[in-house]
Amino acid sequence: MSNRATNLLVPIISVLLGLLVGAIIMVVSGYSPIEGYVALWNGIFGDLYTIGETLRQITPYLLAGLAVAFAFRSGLFNIGVEGQLIVGWFAAAYVGVAVELPKIIHLPLALLAAVVAGALWGFVPGLLKAKFRVHEVIVTIMMNYIALHTTNALIRTVSGGGDRTESIFESASLRSEFFQNLTDFSRLHYGIFIALAMVAVMWFILEKTTLGFELKAVGFNQNASEYAGMNVNKNIILAMVISGAFAGLGGAMEALGTFEYVSSKGGFTGIGFDGIAVALLGMNTPLGVVFGASLFGSLKYGALNMPNEAGIPVEIVEIVIAVIIFFVASGYIIRLFLLRAANKKEAK
Amino acid sequence: MEYVIEMLNIRKEFGSFVANDNITLQLKKGEIHALLGENGAGKSTLMNVLFGLYQPEGGEIRVRGEKVNIANPNVANDLGIGMVHQHFMLVENFSVTENIVLGSEPTKFGVTNKKDAAKEVQALSEQYGLNVDPHAIIEDISVGMQQRVEILKTLYRGAEILIFDEPTASLTPQEIIELIQIMKRLIAEGKSIILITHKLKEIMDVSDRVTVIRKGQGVGTVTTSETNPNELASLMVGRQVEFKTEKGPASPNGEILDIKDLVVTDYRGVEKVKKLNLKVRKGEIVGIAGIDGNGQSELIEAITGLRKVKSGKVLIHGKDVTGLKPRKVTESGVGHIPQDRHKHGLVLDFPIGHNIALQTYYAQPISKSGIIDYNKINEKAAQIIKDFDVRTQGPHEPARALSGGNQQKAIIGREVDRNPELLIAALPTRGLDVGAIEFIHKRLIEQRDNGKAVLLISFELDEVMNVSDRIAVIHDGEIVDIVTPEETTEQELGLLMAGQSKNSKEQGVKKEGEDQHVE
Repeated sequence: MSNRATNLLVPIISVLLGLLVGAIIMVVSGYSPIEGYVALWNGIFGDLYTIGETLRQITPYLLAGLAVAFAFRSGLFNIGVEGQLIVGWFAAAYVGVAVELPKIIHLPLALLAAVVAGALWGFVPGLLKAKFRVHEVIVTIMMNYIALHTTNALIRTVSGGGDRTESIFESASLRSEFFQNLTDFSRLHYGIFIALAMVAVMWFILEKTTLGFELKAVGFNQNASEYAGMNVNKNIILAMVISGAFAGLGGAMEALGTFEYVSSKGGFTGIGFDGIAVALLGMNTPLGVVFGASLFGSLKYGALNMPNEAGIPVEIVEIVIAVIIFFVASGYIIRLFLLRAANKKEAK
Repeated sequence: MEYVIEMLNIRKEFGSFVANDNITLQLKKGEIHALLGENGAGKSTLMNVLFGLYQPEGGEIRVRGEKVNIANPNVANDLGIGMVHQHFMLVENFSVTENIVLGSEPTKFGVTNKKDAAKEVQALSEQYGLNVDPHAIIEDISVGMQQRVEILKTLYRGAEILIFDEPTASLTPQEIIELIQIMKRLIAEGKSIILITHKLKEIMDVSDRVTVIRKGQGVGTVTTSETNPNELASLMVGRQVEFKTEKGPASPNGEILDIKDLVVTDYRGVEKVKKLNLKVRKGEIVGIAGIDGNGQSELIEAITGLRKVKSGKVLIHGKDVTGLKPRKVTESGVGHIPQDRHKHGLVLDFPIGHNIALQTYYAQPISKSGIIDYNKINEKAAQIIKDFDVRTQGPHEPARALSGGNQQKAIIGREVDRNPELLIAALPTRGLDVGAIEFIHKRLIEQRDNGKAVLLISFELDEVMNVSDRIAVIHDGEIVDIVTPEETTEQELGLLMAGQSKNSKEQGVKKEGEDQHVE
């Protein structure tokens, strides 16, 4: 079997297998898998509104996935996307409510605030890794907690003791009348364009620039990179900063697009952590992240419809979704089976 | 005639690439059969077919006359075929016995019975004269001893046929002698051995017959006693090979490298290079001879900016480069073939083309204001691949997929193509076959003849003697003497490397007759 055919077959078979096992779980639990999947389908593509909301859900996943993937390509495991996203969310919302400016200045300023906040949150673990060889996984996990509770405290201060800020000024909003009319007043906003542009940016950095060449080299082999005259420490810090910037921008999507405010959180949003799965599903390539984020966003959003329409409890729905993602992620098992089958055929 | 193993007309393909084409190898009972070939000729592929790791596309395998299908290594084990891998497969913090029984642990009432296992290991060790302590922990024992544990592992599993994959690659000369004795003992006890190697001397020493393969094709089998190293080399490479590279006299002029009172410490702060002085001139090759660990690595790393200098100076072309970043040193006209090509020389997961651009990717003409032109990288790589005879499917092939010799040629191509004033070559031929060694030596001499300076670091005396114009002997971080290959011998170099300075030795000889002042 040709390589290309295998590459195409593997994801398809993975998804089908995931759906199959998910169906079995529903049957065993006494629910109709057909009704369940119809509800899932309707929850994703049911009407213009759900399509709009699905795309809206995909947007932050794109950026979280890019953030994780970018760090991965430089040999770093950024678990801190969650925290970088949270500070980005807060920073964008803060700029959104604090001042009112012409849109042409206000919106970019709010986005920039998110980028800077996320980048700063990535810079700290990057610096500690570069200078003191502190493992980035530990630092980024801790930075997540700092982000969560610091922003919660700041939100209380900014809102005068409340649980959420005011809504941002219209001049900082990504909300799109055009999309609202098109998708029956879903919350789909212009942020999807920003996210897709960032996909192109990551591709460009990695594939076209000397910086990308260095980042990848450092990711693969720090000794050889140093031998070749690259500044390994600079590249580690830069990788974390850029990764954090992507994540911060992901927060801005929620702050300026979906919610138009920031509220204090009882726990993590989960988007940053899901970004790890998104990046891995997409094999850490920019285009792969688009695929991973689409799958993740669709399933997550579509699943919300399963309890309503098919009466399946949320717990079962979550298991089914997890199973589907599990099978997609373990695509290499299927690859192995295909290879074996092909070998056997040849042997005969 | 009794064959324990017959591999007849084996063919193995990887996609469109034919790794083994019509190779036949017949192993007689009780013989040591060498499998000889260049790096990348297909030796390992053939043995992986025999061991069940690969399935052949054509040909058949017979074990003791019966046709067999070796679907996986377990089948190979059951047939009594054992493999002693080049890179040992041992659990470092387990004991010898634990490693040996791993996967087939003897049990008593469902609990591992280590006592009996250790006894059995001890018995096997004594039977074959391996002298292994069953209770020692792997990380505490020498490389040679670890290899014997690997041998015991196969014997414990009842191997009658042992495959040794490049067994001497990481051994000291003394360990090699011991290994050869062990192999002979194994034969005396009725085992049969296939020895994979590209070292001609070992083959002459130990084997009964030799099967030669070249570029994936079987060249033939010869009886060791009826052949000689020259014939084997030309069979392997496909042409006459010069063991001693021809070179004219050097015509050095003008200093390139000047090292003054250099002191370098290792990571613990221990001085590894101690007030070292050395000059290298244009148009000469200076060889640094020494036993591993006498400061060679630290010296090179200090020159190239990879390691901090404690005191002293490094001048290149009269310009002080002490403490400069590696890139600045490189740009002052230094090329560096690093000692460890996998650690420093290559990004193995990068395409070989990217690797060839590793020193030039950031500057014109490949890059302009931070944007890389990958077409230019691939053009350049294709040219170097051609000029330096790097056997690869092209610039896009991952560096990891190339054989060691071709990886090294790519590195040498990368460094030589920049035409550096000073080329530092650290162990440039380590692990390579005679053909590749000859090629690399020629390139070094060519650089010299073009008026460049070459600093060669090697642990192999014949390499230092063959290639250098002057030999600086390093011992304990100091240059103890500088000699020329014409006026020295390997014996003298050996003594110098062991720390005996020439003067004290001459004095010693003189004094012997005069009084009892000798140690």
